[in-house]
Amino acid sequence: MKLSDEEQAMLNGELGEPRRWAIEHMMRVGRFFDAEEFVEVTQAHIMADTESLGEAGIEFLEDIAARPLNERQVRIPMITDPRGIDFCHYKRLKQTDLMASLEQRAIDAFEAMGILMTNTCINYQTIMPPVRGEHLAFGDTGVVIYCNSVLGAYSNFEGGPSSLAAGLTGRTPRYGLHLDQNRKATRRFRVDWEPEHLSDWGALGGIIGARSGSYWEVPVIEGISAKPGSDQMKHMGAAMASFGSIPLFHLVGVTPEAPSLEAVCEPDQIAAEVISEIDRDAFFARFGGKGEKVDVVVFSAPQLSLLEMQSLAELLDERKLHPDTSLLAVTSPVVAADARRMGLVERIESSGALVLEGMCFYQSYAREMAEANGWKRLMTNSVKLANIIGGYGYEPTLSNMENCVASAIAGEIV
Amino acid sequence: MVELKCHVGVGPVVSGEALVTDDNFSARYDLDRTAGIFSRPQHKLAGQSYVDRIMVFNTAKGGVASAWMLHEMKSRGIAPKAILFNNVNPILAQGAALADMAMCDRFDDGDVTRLIRSGDQVTVNPEIGLVTITRA
Repeated sequence: MKLSDEEQAMLNGELGEPRRWAIEHMMRVGRFFDAEEFVEVTQAHIMADTESLGEAGIEFLEDIAARPLNERQVRIPMITDPRGIDFCHYKRLKQTDLMASLEQRAIDAFEAMGILMTNTCINYQTIMPPVRGEHLAFGDTGVVIYCNSVLGAYSNFEGGPSSLAAGLTGRTPRYGLHLDQNRKATRRFRVDWEPEHLSDWGALGGIIGARSGSYWEVPVIEGISAKPGSDQMKHMGAAMASFGSIPLFHLVGVTPEAPSLEAVCEPDQIAAEVISEIDRDAFFARFGGKGEKVDVVVFSAPQLSLLEMQSLAELLDERKLHPDTSLLAVTSPVVAADARRMGLVERIESSGALVLEGMCFYQSYAREMAEANGWKRLMTNSVKLANIIGGYGYEPTLSNMENCVASAIAGEIV
Repeated sequence: MVELKCHVGVGPVVSGEALVTDDNFSARYDLDRTAGIFSRPQHKLAGQSYVDRIMVFNTAKGGVASAWMLHEMKSRGIAPKAILFNNVNPILAQGAALADMAMCDRFDDGDVTRLIRSGDQVTVNPEIGLVTITRA
Protein backbone atom coordinates (compact mmCIF):
# COMPACT_ATOMS: atom_id res chain seq x y z
CA MET A 1 0.00 0.00 0.00
CA LYS A 2 1.08 3.54 -0.76
CA LEU A 3 1.59 5.43 2.52
CA SER A 4 1.60 9.17 3.14
CA ASP A 5 4.34 10.63 5.32
CA GLU A 6 2.01 10.67 8.30
CA GLU A 7 0.92 7.07 7.76
CA GLN A 8 4.57 6.03 7.49
CA ALA A 9 5.28 7.85 10.77
CA MET A 10 2.43 5.95 12.39
CA LEU A 11 3.82 2.68 11.06
CA ASN A 12 7.25 3.61 12.45
CA GLY A 13 5.70 4.02 15.89
CA GLU A 14 6.39 7.76 16.03
CA LEU A 15 2.79 8.47 17.09
CA GLY A 16 2.68 5.73 19.70
CA GLU A 17 2.10 2.00 19.82
CA PRO A 18 -1.73 2.06 19.39
CA ARG A 19 -1.47 3.96 16.11
CA ARG A 20 1.38 1.71 14.96
CA TRP A 21 -0.81 -1.35 15.64
CA ALA A 22 -3.74 0.35 13.90
CA ILE A 23 -1.91 1.12 10.67
CA GLU A 24 -0.32 -2.30 10.56
CA HIS A 25 -3.68 -4.02 11.16
CA MET A 26 -5.32 -2.03 8.38
CA MET A 27 -2.41 -2.75 6.01
CA ARG A 28 -2.98 -6.49 6.52
CA VAL A 29 -6.68 -6.03 5.76
CA GLY A 30 -5.89 -3.72 2.86
CA ARG A 31 -3.53 -6.27 1.35
CA PHE A 32 -6.22 -8.96 1.65
CA PHE A 33 -8.59 -6.78 -0.39
CA ASP A 34 -6.05 -5.20 -2.77
CA ALA A 35 -6.32 -1.67 -1.36
CA GLU A 36 -3.70 0.62 -2.88
CA GLU A 37 -3.99 3.41 -0.33
CA PHE A 38 -5.88 4.70 2.70
CA VAL A 39 -8.90 6.99 2.60
CA GLU A 40 -9.60 9.56 5.31
CA VAL A 41 -12.80 8.97 7.29
CA THR A 42 -14.86 11.47 9.26
CA GLN A 43 -16.56 9.27 11.88
CA ALA A 44 -16.05 5.82 13.35
CA HIS A 45 -18.63 3.60 15.07
CA ILE A 46 -17.55 0.53 16.98
CA MET A 47 -19.29 -2.68 17.86
CA ALA A 48 -17.64 -4.04 20.96
CA ASP A 49 -20.13 -5.76 23.22
CA THR A 50 -18.46 -7.81 25.91
CA GLU A 51 -20.04 -11.06 24.78
CA SER A 52 -18.00 -10.93 21.61
CA LEU A 53 -14.98 -9.17 23.14
CA GLY A 54 -14.55 -11.68 25.91
CA GLU A 55 -11.77 -11.32 28.44
CA ALA A 56 -9.19 -11.32 25.63
CA GLY A 57 -10.83 -8.42 23.80
CA ILE A 58 -11.24 -6.38 26.95
CA GLU A 59 -7.59 -6.83 27.82
CA PHE A 60 -6.70 -5.71 24.32
CA LEU A 61 -8.71 -2.50 24.85
CA GLU A 62 -7.29 -1.97 28.34
CA ASP A 63 -3.75 -2.18 26.97
CA ILE A 64 -4.49 0.72 24.65
CA ALA A 65 -6.37 2.63 27.36
CA ALA A 66 -3.35 2.41 29.66
CA ARG A 67 -1.15 4.32 27.18
CA PRO A 68 -0.36 8.06 27.57
CA LEU A 69 -3.21 10.39 26.60
CA ASN A 70 -1.61 11.52 23.33
CA GLU A 71 -1.21 7.91 22.21
CA ARG A 72 -4.54 6.41 23.21
CA GLN A 73 -7.05 9.05 22.10
CA VAL A 74 -8.97 8.58 18.87
CA ARG A 75 -8.43 11.24 16.20
CA ILE A 76 -11.95 11.49 14.78
CA PRO A 77 -15.40 11.46 16.42
CA MET A 78 -16.05 7.89 17.45
CA ILE A 79 -19.23 6.38 18.89
CA THR A 80 -20.37 2.97 20.11
CA ASP A 81 -22.87 0.32 19.09
CA PRO A 82 -25.22 -1.17 21.75
CA ARG A 83 -23.73 -2.67 24.88
CA GLY A 84 -24.57 -6.08 26.34
CA ILE A 85 -25.93 -4.67 29.59
CA ASP A 86 -28.51 -2.12 30.71
CA PHE A 87 -27.11 -1.42 34.16
CA CYS A 88 -30.55 -0.51 35.51
CA HIS A 89 -32.12 -3.84 34.57
CA TYR A 90 -29.50 -6.55 34.27
CA LYS A 91 -30.48 -8.28 37.49
CA ARG A 92 -34.11 -8.49 36.40
CA LEU A 93 -32.92 -10.15 33.17
CA LYS A 94 -30.86 -12.54 35.33
CA GLN A 95 -27.62 -11.38 33.78
CA THR A 96 -24.72 -11.71 36.19
CA ASP A 97 -22.48 -9.31 38.10
CA LEU A 98 -19.55 -10.76 36.14
CA MET A 99 -21.20 -9.66 32.88
CA ALA A 100 -21.77 -6.18 34.35
CA SER A 101 -18.18 -5.89 35.53
CA LEU A 102 -16.83 -6.89 32.09
CA GLU A 103 -19.10 -4.29 30.57
CA GLN A 104 -17.83 -1.61 32.95
CA ARG A 105 -14.21 -2.44 32.15
CA ALA A 106 -14.92 -2.08 28.42
CA ILE A 107 -16.68 1.24 28.99
CA ASP A 108 -13.79 2.56 31.09
CA ALA A 109 -11.34 1.64 28.33
CA PHE A 110 -13.46 3.26 25.61
CA GLU A 111 -13.86 6.45 27.61
CA ALA A 112 -10.11 6.62 28.19
CA MET A 113 -9.71 6.61 24.40
CA GLY A 114 -12.14 9.52 24.00
CA ILE A 115 -14.90 7.37 22.49
CA LEU A 116 -18.47 8.62 23.04
CA MET A 117 -20.70 5.96 24.61
CA THR A 118 -23.75 6.40 22.40
CA ASN A 119 -24.61 2.68 22.67
CA THR A 120 -26.76 2.66 19.60
CA CYS A 121 -27.28 0.92 16.27
CA ILE A 122 -29.63 3.68 15.07
CA ASN A 123 -27.09 6.50 15.11
CA TYR A 124 -28.31 7.43 11.62
CA GLN A 125 -31.71 8.22 13.16
CA THR A 126 -30.56 9.77 16.40
CA ILE A 127 -26.94 10.99 16.57
CA MET A 128 -25.32 12.34 13.39
CA PRO A 129 -26.66 11.05 10.09
CA PRO A 130 -23.88 10.91 7.47
CA VAL A 131 -24.23 12.82 4.21
CA ARG A 132 -23.85 11.60 0.66
CA GLY A 133 -20.27 10.80 -0.28
CA GLU A 134 -18.96 10.91 3.29
CA HIS A 135 -16.32 8.22 3.94
CA LEU A 136 -16.89 6.43 7.25
CA ALA A 137 -15.69 3.48 9.31
CA PHE A 138 -18.93 2.13 10.75
CA GLY A 139 -19.50 -1.06 12.63
CA ASP A 140 -22.86 -2.88 12.84
CA THR A 141 -24.03 -4.26 9.53
CA GLY A 142 -27.43 -2.58 9.88
CA VAL A 143 -25.82 0.81 10.33
CA VAL A 144 -23.52 0.34 7.36
CA ILE A 145 -26.17 -0.85 4.92
CA TYR A 146 -28.48 2.02 5.91
CA CYS A 147 -25.81 4.71 5.61
CA ASN A 148 -24.53 3.36 2.28
CA SER A 149 -27.92 2.74 0.73
CA VAL A 150 -30.28 5.36 2.12
CA LEU A 151 -27.81 8.19 2.71
CA GLY A 152 -25.25 7.51 -0.03
CA ALA A 153 -22.32 7.45 2.38
CA TYR A 154 -19.26 5.19 1.90
CA SER A 155 -18.44 2.54 4.46
CA ASN A 156 -17.39 -1.08 4.56
CA PHE A 157 -18.46 -3.34 7.39
CA GLU A 158 -15.87 -2.47 10.01
CA GLY A 159 -15.55 -5.05 12.73
CA GLY A 160 -14.52 -3.76 16.15
CA PRO A 161 -10.73 -3.96 15.69
CA SER A 162 -10.86 -2.22 12.33
CA SER A 163 -13.23 0.48 13.57
CA LEU A 164 -10.86 1.14 16.42
CA ALA A 165 -7.93 1.26 14.02
CA ALA A 166 -9.84 3.78 11.90
CA GLY A 167 -10.64 5.87 14.98
CA LEU A 168 -7.01 5.92 16.07
CA THR A 169 -5.72 6.92 12.62
CA GLY A 170 -8.62 8.73 10.92
CA ARG A 171 -8.26 6.35 7.98
CA THR A 172 -9.40 3.09 6.51
CA PRO A 173 -8.03 1.07 3.56
CA ARG A 174 -9.67 2.14 0.29
CA TYR A 175 -11.36 -1.05 -0.91
CA GLY A 176 -14.89 -2.38 -1.29
CA LEU A 177 -17.57 0.28 -0.99
CA HIS A 178 -15.10 3.17 -0.83
CA LEU A 179 -14.66 2.61 -4.58
CA ASP A 180 -17.44 3.77 -6.93
CA GLN A 181 -17.00 0.78 -9.25
CA ASN A 182 -18.13 -1.56 -6.46
CA ARG A 183 -21.41 0.29 -5.90
CA LYS A 184 -23.15 -0.66 -9.13
CA ALA A 185 -25.97 -3.20 -8.98
CA THR A 186 -25.08 -6.83 -9.64
CA ARG A 187 -28.48 -8.38 -8.85
CA ARG A 188 -31.91 -7.14 -9.86
CA PHE A 189 -35.12 -7.93 -7.96
CA ARG A 190 -38.69 -7.07 -8.99
CA VAL A 191 -41.20 -7.14 -6.16
CA ASP A 192 -44.83 -7.79 -7.13
CA TRP A 193 -46.42 -7.05 -3.75
CA GLU A 194 -46.47 -4.06 -1.45
CA PRO A 195 -44.79 -4.39 1.94
CA GLU A 196 -47.09 -3.10 4.68
CA HIS A 197 -45.73 -3.81 8.15
CA LEU A 198 -42.14 -3.30 9.26
CA SER A 199 -41.85 -7.08 9.39
CA ASP A 200 -42.83 -7.21 5.68
CA TRP A 201 -40.00 -4.83 4.84
CA GLY A 202 -37.75 -7.02 6.95
CA ALA A 203 -38.94 -10.15 5.15
CA LEU A 204 -38.23 -8.53 1.79
CA GLY A 205 -34.72 -7.69 3.00
CA GLY A 206 -34.26 -11.23 4.28
CA ILE A 207 -35.34 -12.78 0.98
CA ILE A 208 -33.05 -10.52 -1.05
CA GLY A 209 -30.17 -11.06 1.34
CA ALA A 210 -30.52 -14.83 1.25
CA ARG A 211 -30.70 -14.88 -2.56
CA SER A 212 -27.80 -12.46 -3.06
CA GLY A 213 -25.72 -14.10 -0.39
CA SER A 214 -22.40 -12.27 -0.53
CA TYR A 215 -20.80 -9.04 0.61
CA TRP A 216 -19.75 -8.39 -2.96
CA GLU A 217 -23.28 -8.40 -4.46
CA VAL A 218 -25.29 -5.18 -4.75
CA PRO A 219 -29.05 -5.72 -5.18
CA VAL A 220 -31.28 -3.20 -6.93
CA ILE A 221 -35.00 -3.39 -6.13
CA GLU A 222 -37.83 -2.27 -8.38
CA GLY A 223 -41.59 -2.64 -8.45
CA ILE A 224 -42.53 -1.20 -5.07
CA SER A 225 -44.80 1.83 -5.19
CA ALA A 226 -45.07 2.28 -1.42
CA LYS A 227 -42.68 4.98 -0.24
CA PRO A 228 -40.74 3.66 2.73
CA GLY A 229 -39.74 5.82 5.68
CA SER A 230 -36.66 5.51 7.82
CA ASP A 231 -37.97 2.64 9.98
CA GLN A 232 -39.02 0.65 6.92
CA MET A 233 -35.57 1.07 5.36
CA LYS A 234 -33.98 0.26 8.70
CA HIS A 235 -35.76 -3.09 8.99
CA MET A 236 -35.22 -4.01 5.35
CA GLY A 237 -31.53 -3.15 5.42
CA ALA A 238 -30.80 -4.86 8.73
CA ALA A 239 -32.48 -8.05 7.52
CA MET A 240 -30.67 -7.97 4.16
CA ALA A 241 -27.32 -7.54 5.89
CA SER A 242 -28.14 -10.28 8.38
CA PHE A 243 -29.27 -12.84 5.82
CA GLY A 244 -26.74 -12.06 3.12
CA SER A 245 -23.90 -9.95 4.52
CA ILE A 246 -25.08 -7.30 2.05
CA PRO A 247 -23.64 -3.80 2.70
CA LEU A 248 -25.47 -1.79 0.00
CA PHE A 249 -28.74 -1.93 -1.91
CA HIS A 250 -30.49 0.42 -4.29
CA LEU A 251 -34.24 1.04 -4.36
CA VAL A 252 -35.18 2.63 -7.65
CA GLY A 253 -36.67 6.08 -7.24
CA VAL A 254 -35.92 6.19 -3.52
CA THR A 255 -32.23 5.75 -2.67
CA PRO A 256 -29.90 8.53 -3.80
CA GLU A 257 -27.67 6.57 -6.17
CA ALA A 258 -30.65 5.04 -8.01
CA PRO A 259 -32.91 7.77 -9.39
CA SER A 260 -33.46 5.27 -12.22
CA LEU A 261 -32.59 1.65 -12.90
CA GLU A 262 -30.16 2.79 -15.57
CA ALA A 263 -28.22 4.84 -13.02
CA VAL A 264 -27.04 1.70 -11.20
CA CYS A 265 -26.92 -0.99 -13.91
CA GLU A 266 -27.37 -1.78 -17.55
CA PRO A 267 -30.85 -3.29 -17.38
CA ASP A 268 -30.39 -5.53 -20.42
CA GLN A 269 -27.32 -7.09 -18.79
CA ILE A 270 -29.03 -8.34 -15.64
CA ALA A 271 -32.27 -10.33 -15.67
CA ALA A 272 -34.80 -9.34 -13.01
CA GLU A 273 -35.69 -12.00 -10.44
CA VAL A 274 -39.28 -11.79 -9.20
CA ILE A 275 -40.10 -11.84 -5.48
CA SER A 276 -43.75 -12.86 -5.17
CA GLU A 277 -46.29 -13.02 -2.38
CA ILE A 278 -45.65 -16.77 -2.33
CA ASP A 279 -42.01 -16.06 -1.54
CA ARG A 280 -43.07 -13.69 1.23
CA ASP A 281 -45.49 -16.21 2.76
CA ALA A 282 -42.89 -18.97 2.55
CA PHE A 283 -40.42 -16.72 4.33
CA PHE A 284 -42.76 -16.13 7.28
CA ALA A 285 -43.70 -19.82 7.33
CA ARG A 286 -40.08 -20.73 8.10
CA PHE A 287 -40.77 -19.41 11.57
CA GLY A 288 -43.61 -21.50 13.03
CA GLY A 289 -45.14 -21.66 16.46
CA LYS A 290 -48.80 -20.70 16.01
CA GLY A 291 -50.85 -21.74 19.06
CA GLU A 292 -47.76 -22.42 21.18
CA LYS A 293 -46.98 -20.77 24.48
CA VAL A 294 -44.74 -17.72 23.96
CA ASP A 295 -42.06 -17.10 26.59
CA VAL A 296 -40.69 -13.76 25.51
CA VAL A 297 -41.63 -11.12 22.95
CA VAL A 298 -38.70 -8.96 21.92
CA PHE A 299 -38.59 -5.72 19.96
CA SER A 300 -34.91 -5.15 19.22
CA ALA A 301 -32.32 -5.43 16.44
CA PRO A 302 -32.36 -2.68 15.39
CA GLN A 303 -33.17 -0.59 18.46
CA LEU A 304 -36.62 1.03 18.32
CA SER A 305 -37.03 4.54 17.01
CA LEU A 306 -39.18 7.03 18.87
CA LEU A 307 -42.01 6.32 16.41
CA GLU A 308 -41.81 2.57 17.02
CA MET A 309 -41.92 3.27 20.77
CA GLN A 310 -45.08 5.30 20.18
CA SER A 311 -46.66 2.48 18.14
CA LEU A 312 -45.86 0.02 20.89
CA ALA A 313 -47.30 2.29 23.59
CA GLU A 314 -50.53 2.61 21.61
CA LEU A 315 -50.82 -1.17 21.25
CA LEU A 316 -50.19 -1.76 24.98
CA ASP A 317 -52.40 1.01 26.41
CA GLU A 318 -54.81 -0.29 29.07
CA ARG A 319 -53.66 -3.87 28.52
CA LYS A 320 -51.72 -6.36 30.66
CA LEU A 321 -49.25 -8.99 29.54
CA HIS A 322 -49.94 -12.65 30.25
CA PRO A 323 -48.21 -13.48 33.56
CA ASP A 324 -46.04 -16.16 31.93
CA THR A 325 -44.86 -13.99 29.03
CA SER A 326 -42.21 -11.26 29.09
CA LEU A 327 -42.09 -8.37 26.65
CA LEU A 328 -38.85 -6.45 26.12
CA ALA A 329 -38.59 -3.24 24.11
CA VAL A 330 -34.99 -2.27 23.41
CA THR A 331 -34.03 1.23 22.34
CA SER A 332 -31.17 3.70 22.37
CA PRO A 333 -30.35 5.95 25.34
CA VAL A 334 -31.40 9.03 23.34
CA VAL A 335 -34.77 7.57 22.36
CA ALA A 336 -35.31 6.19 25.87
CA ALA A 337 -34.79 9.62 27.41
CA ASP A 338 -37.21 11.21 24.98
CA ALA A 339 -39.73 8.39 25.35
CA ARG A 340 -39.58 8.72 29.12
CA ARG A 341 -40.09 12.48 28.98
CA MET A 342 -43.07 12.01 26.66
CA GLY A 343 -44.68 9.34 28.83
CA LEU A 344 -44.20 6.49 26.33
CA VAL A 345 -42.02 4.40 28.63
CA GLU A 346 -44.61 4.55 31.41
CA ARG A 347 -47.38 3.57 29.00
CA ILE A 348 -45.35 0.59 27.75
CA GLU A 349 -44.21 -0.56 31.18
CA SER A 350 -47.61 -0.30 32.88
CA SER A 351 -48.56 -3.39 30.85
CA GLY A 352 -45.80 -5.34 32.59
CA ALA A 353 -43.35 -4.88 29.70
CA LEU A 354 -39.78 -3.69 30.18
CA VAL A 355 -38.02 -0.93 28.26
CA LEU A 356 -34.28 -1.52 27.97
CA GLU A 357 -31.80 1.05 26.73
CA GLY A 358 -28.35 1.11 25.21
CA MET A 359 -28.24 -2.64 24.69
CA CYS A 360 -29.29 -5.12 22.05
CA PHE A 361 -31.05 -8.37 22.86
CA TYR A 362 -28.95 -10.78 20.88
CA GLN A 363 -25.57 -9.45 22.00
CA SER A 364 -26.56 -9.51 25.65
CA TYR A 365 -25.66 -13.06 26.56
CA ALA A 366 -28.90 -14.30 24.99
CA ARG A 367 -28.07 -17.96 25.64
CA GLU A 368 -27.45 -17.37 29.34
CA MET A 369 -30.63 -15.27 29.60
CA ALA A 370 -32.61 -18.07 27.96
CA GLU A 371 -31.32 -20.59 30.47
CA ALA A 372 -31.74 -18.33 33.51
CA ASN A 373 -35.27 -17.22 32.58
CA GLY A 374 -36.56 -20.44 31.03
CA TRP A 375 -37.09 -18.73 27.66
CA LYS A 376 -37.42 -20.88 24.57
CA ARG A 377 -40.16 -19.58 22.26
CA LEU A 378 -39.32 -16.02 21.27
CA MET A 379 -41.56 -13.83 19.13
CA THR A 380 -40.42 -10.70 17.33
CA ASN A 381 -41.18 -8.44 14.41
CA SER A 382 -37.45 -8.19 13.65
CA VAL A 383 -36.36 -10.41 10.79
CA LYS A 384 -32.77 -9.86 11.82
CA LEU A 385 -33.43 -11.08 15.35
CA ALA A 386 -35.48 -14.04 14.12
CA ASN A 387 -32.54 -15.02 11.92
CA ILE A 388 -29.91 -14.79 14.62
CA ILE A 389 -31.58 -16.02 17.74
CA GLY A 390 -31.96 -19.66 16.71
CA GLY A 391 -28.20 -19.96 17.18
CA TYR A 392 -28.65 -19.07 20.84
CA GLY A 393 -31.08 -21.90 21.57
CA TYR A 394 -34.38 -20.05 21.01
CA GLU A 395 -37.27 -21.05 18.76
CA PRO A 396 -38.17 -17.84 16.93
CA THR A 397 -41.56 -16.80 15.60
CA LEU A 398 -41.84 -13.87 13.22
CA SER A 399 -44.87 -11.63 12.87
CA ASN A 400 -45.84 -7.98 12.83
CA MET A 401 -45.82 -5.77 15.94
CA GLU A 402 -49.61 -6.01 16.40
CA ASN A 403 -49.56 -9.82 16.46
CA CYS A 404 -46.52 -9.86 18.72
CA VAL A 405 -48.31 -7.68 21.28
CA ALA A 406 -51.54 -9.69 20.98
CA SER A 407 -49.53 -12.87 21.61
CA ALA A 408 -47.80 -11.38 24.65
CA ILE A 409 -51.22 -10.62 26.09
CA ALA A 410 -52.70 -14.03 25.21
CA GLY A 411 -49.58 -15.90 26.39
CA GLU A 412 -49.62 -17.89 23.18
CA ILE A 413 -48.84 -17.17 19.57
CA VAL A 414 -51.96 -15.86 17.85
CA MET B 1 -0.51 -33.86 -3.23
CA VAL B 2 -2.76 -31.18 -4.67
CA GLU B 3 -1.86 -27.49 -4.71
CA LEU B 4 -4.57 -24.83 -4.75
CA LYS B 5 -3.64 -21.24 -5.55
CA CYS B 6 -5.65 -18.50 -3.89
CA HIS B 7 -5.48 -14.79 -3.10
CA VAL B 8 -2.92 -13.67 -0.55
CA GLY B 9 -4.50 -14.04 2.90
CA VAL B 10 -3.63 -13.28 6.51
CA GLY B 11 -2.15 -15.26 9.38
CA PRO B 12 0.53 -17.94 9.85
CA VAL B 13 1.25 -21.20 8.00
CA VAL B 14 -0.85 -23.97 9.58
CA SER B 15 -1.68 -27.63 8.91
CA GLY B 16 -4.64 -29.70 10.02
CA GLU B 17 -7.69 -31.75 9.11
CA ALA B 18 -10.29 -30.13 6.89
CA LEU B 19 -13.98 -29.81 7.74
CA VAL B 20 -15.84 -28.71 4.62
CA THR B 21 -19.35 -27.46 3.87
CA ASP B 22 -20.95 -25.51 1.06
CA ASP B 23 -22.87 -23.62 3.76
CA ASN B 24 -21.88 -20.12 4.96
CA PHE B 25 -20.38 -18.93 8.23
CA SER B 26 -20.88 -16.45 11.04
CA ALA B 27 -19.20 -16.83 14.41
CA ARG B 28 -22.11 -15.01 16.02
CA TYR B 29 -25.01 -16.84 14.44
CA ASP B 30 -23.77 -20.36 14.00
CA LEU B 31 -21.60 -21.33 16.95
CA ASP B 32 -21.68 -22.38 20.55
CA ARG B 33 -18.29 -20.86 21.23
CA THR B 34 -18.04 -22.35 24.72
CA ALA B 35 -18.52 -25.92 23.53
CA GLY B 36 -16.68 -25.35 20.24
CA ILE B 37 -19.47 -26.70 18.04
CA PHE B 38 -21.86 -25.47 15.38
CA SER B 39 -25.10 -24.80 17.25
CA ARG B 40 -27.58 -23.22 14.83
CA PRO B 41 -29.84 -26.16 13.96
CA GLN B 42 -30.17 -25.16 10.28
CA HIS B 43 -26.43 -25.06 9.72
CA LYS B 44 -25.14 -28.01 7.69
CA LEU B 45 -22.43 -28.68 10.29
CA ALA B 46 -24.81 -28.48 13.30
CA GLY B 47 -23.44 -30.50 16.18
CA GLN B 48 -19.91 -30.83 14.76
CA SER B 49 -16.74 -29.48 16.39
CA TYR B 50 -14.66 -26.81 14.68
CA VAL B 51 -11.79 -26.95 17.16
CA ASP B 52 -8.36 -27.14 15.47
CA ARG B 53 -9.97 -27.82 12.08
CA ILE B 54 -9.15 -26.17 8.77
CA MET B 55 -12.67 -24.91 8.08
CA VAL B 56 -13.91 -24.48 4.51
CA PHE B 57 -17.07 -22.47 3.72
CA ASN B 58 -18.70 -20.77 0.80
CA THR B 59 -18.87 -17.25 2.26
CA ALA B 60 -19.26 -15.25 5.47
CA LYS B 61 -22.56 -13.80 6.66
CA GLY B 62 -23.50 -10.70 8.67
CA GLY B 63 -22.31 -10.14 12.21
CA VAL B 64 -19.69 -7.45 12.75
CA ALA B 65 -18.95 -9.01 16.13
CA SER B 66 -17.21 -11.94 14.49
CA ALA B 67 -14.18 -9.68 14.16
CA TRP B 68 -13.67 -9.81 17.93
CA MET B 69 -14.84 -13.38 18.26
CA LEU B 70 -12.00 -15.06 16.37
CA HIS B 71 -9.54 -13.32 18.70
CA GLU B 72 -11.55 -14.35 21.74
CA MET B 73 -11.95 -17.96 20.54
CA LYS B 74 -8.24 -18.25 19.82
CA SER B 75 -7.31 -16.85 23.24
CA ARG B 76 -9.13 -19.81 24.86
CA GLY B 77 -7.72 -22.36 22.42
CA ILE B 78 -11.22 -23.32 21.22
CA ALA B 79 -10.89 -22.15 17.63
CA PRO B 80 -10.33 -23.39 14.10
CA LYS B 81 -6.73 -23.41 12.88
CA ALA B 82 -7.67 -21.72 9.62
CA ILE B 83 -10.76 -20.68 7.70
CA LEU B 84 -11.00 -20.84 3.91
CA PHE B 85 -13.80 -19.31 1.84
CA ASN B 86 -14.76 -18.92 -1.77
CA ASN B 87 -15.35 -15.27 -0.87
CA VAL B 88 -15.03 -13.74 2.56
CA ASN B 89 -16.49 -10.48 3.79
CA PRO B 90 -14.31 -7.79 5.37
CA ILE B 91 -15.36 -8.60 8.93
CA LEU B 92 -13.91 -12.08 9.04
CA ALA B 93 -10.74 -10.94 7.28
CA GLN B 94 -10.38 -8.13 9.84
CA GLY B 95 -11.00 -10.63 12.63
CA ALA B 96 -8.38 -13.00 11.30
CA ALA B 97 -5.91 -10.10 11.06
CA LEU B 98 -6.48 -9.28 14.74
CA ALA B 99 -6.45 -12.91 15.89
CA ASP B 100 -3.49 -13.84 13.66
CA MET B 101 -5.56 -16.76 12.39
CA ALA B 102 -4.86 -18.16 8.92
CA MET B 103 -7.52 -17.12 6.39
CA CYS B 104 -7.63 -17.22 2.58
CA ASP B 105 -10.23 -16.90 -0.18
CA ARG B 106 -10.62 -16.46 -3.96
CA PHE B 107 -9.29 -19.80 -5.27
CA ASP B 108 -8.08 -19.93 -8.88
CA ASP B 109 -9.47 -23.42 -9.54
CA GLY B 110 -13.09 -22.72 -8.61
CA ASP B 111 -15.30 -23.75 -5.73
CA VAL B 112 -13.07 -24.50 -2.74
CA THR B 113 -15.91 -26.33 -0.98
CA ARG B 114 -15.62 -28.95 -3.77
CA LEU B 115 -11.84 -28.87 -4.15
CA ILE B 116 -11.22 -29.84 -0.52
CA ARG B 117 -13.02 -32.74 1.24
CA SER B 118 -13.70 -33.24 4.93
CA GLY B 119 -10.93 -35.34 6.42
CA ASP B 120 -8.24 -34.12 4.01
CA GLN B 121 -4.93 -33.11 5.59
CA VAL B 122 -4.40 -29.51 4.52
CA THR B 123 -1.58 -26.97 4.81
CA VAL B 124 -2.46 -23.29 4.43
CA ASN B 125 0.18 -20.70 3.53
CA PRO B 126 -1.58 -17.31 3.53
CA GLU B 127 1.56 -15.29 2.80
CA ILE B 128 1.89 -16.71 -0.72
CA GLY B 129 -1.75 -17.69 -1.20
CA LEU B 130 -1.27 -21.47 -1.40
CA VAL B 131 -3.22 -24.39 0.08
CA THR B 132 -1.75 -27.90 -0.16
CA ILE B 133 -3.88 -31.05 0.23
CA THR B 134 -2.42 -34.43 1.19
CA ARG B 135 -4.88 -37.29 0.67
CA ALA B 136 -4.31 -40.73 2.14
